[in-house]
Amino acid sequence: MATQTPYEVLGVKPDATADEIRKAYRKLAKQFHPDLNPGKPAADARFKAVSAAHDILSDPEKRARYDRGEIDESGAERPRHSYRPHAEGAQGWKYRPEGEMDVGDLDDLFEMFGRGGPGGARRGTRGGRGGEGFSMPGPDRHYSLTIDFVEAATGGKQRLALSPDEWLDVTIPPGIEEGQILRLKGKGGPGFGGGPAGDALIEVHIAPHPFFRREGDDIHVELPVSLSEAVLGARVPVPTVSGPVTMTIPKGSDTGARLRLRGRGIHRKRQGKEVTGDQYVTLKVVIGASDDPELAKFLEDWAKQHPTNPRGEMGQATHGAAA
Amino acid sequence: MIAFDELMRRFAELNAAELSRWVENRWVVPETATEEGGERWVFHEVDVARVELILDIRREFAVDDEALSLVLSLLDQVYSLRRQMRRLCDALEQQPPEIRDAIRRALPPAGGHGG
Repeated sequence: MATQTPYEVLGVKPDATADEIRKAYRKLAKQFHPDLNPGKPAADARFKAVSAAHDILSDPEKRARYDRGEIDESGAERPRHSYRPHAEGAQGWKYRPEGEMDVGDLDDLFEMFGRGGPGGARRGTRGGRGGEGFSMPGPDRHYSLTIDFVEAATGGKQRLALSPDEWLDVTIPPGIEEGQILRLKGKGGPGFGGGPAGDALIEVHIAPHPFFRREGDDIHVELPVSLSEAVLGARVPVPTVSGPVTMTIPKGSDTGARLRLRGRGIHRKRQGKEVTGDQYVTLKVVIGASDDPELAKFLEDWAKQHPTNPRGEMGQATHGAAA
Repeated sequence: MIAFDELMRRFAELNAAELSRWVENRWVVPETATEEGGERWVFHEVDVARVELILDIRREFAVDDEALSLVLSLLDQVYSLRRQMRRLCDALEQQPPEIRDAIRRALPPAGGHGG
């Protein structure tokens, strides 16, 4: 037999008014009062129960807490039944919404998010022990590959050795950039439970070149020219990423002069469009035979008639600061 | 595991007609035990917790039956998702480290759809 509720102890209904409760209590308290029932332990127990019931029901706050199940008949706190542990526990399945996947069919989860079919995880085999038809793609594998400057500019093919008898053939697209990652679909780790293989991710590094330098799709190079080539003009071979070409040095060129070889930079497709960079050639006059007596004699006479100061303001500033 | 009467006594603010309606609505789904004299309802812990949940929601948010039905349906969906997530996580936990790493890498950052 369960413990009596305070309402039962007082013999009132759960929706009894405060007045009804007070009246019921007074009546029972008189009936079972220990002074009126000496030597009757049963009456004493009833009196205590009636007092305890009244204690709860006469206080609107306690009564409300009792009604909400927060305290028990003796006024002690009841443990709260938080719903979440139940909902997430083994019994929670009972209140699943309609259409919730069956136990053991994870594919329904993917389908629920619209990932079913060929694009999503492959359909596992239903049934069997446990019925877990679980499959997932294999892991991606990461590699690093260093290629030379010209190959990065023009593209090419590389073979990346993974072990003595395992390799990946990698196509380098023209104009690949430092740190760019090439993805080879299906070349990673094997899939799990019939899932597709992962991908190979190859991070490409570009070795620096002795004289080429890259800025976007343009190639820059510093071209040494002789004094006579600079002064008199000349046609000289110039290296480009796609092989040497002949370039005209205009008469009277100087160190620092920049010439453009149109269309001799990087040629590639970007967002579906063909783009072509240029090559910029910066001249650097190299005297070479600076200890040649004939040149020295010529310049002695020449300098007397053509006094020049290439330092310009730089020289004056130095002079001024020293004074 | 408690019976109908006991549950009624447990929550004085609950009345019998109300609890019967909840069972009819399948907001609370007790087990039906057959014994001499007919069938009777047996409430498991999850059912008691659910009764308490419904009482709480109704009292705290002063919602009527229709709103309550919606709230319960949404709550059940959330808990269903949580259970499924839990199952998926448990399954992932049992995978070899390289598979777990692959999944970790494939997960877009929270709050966005990848980058």
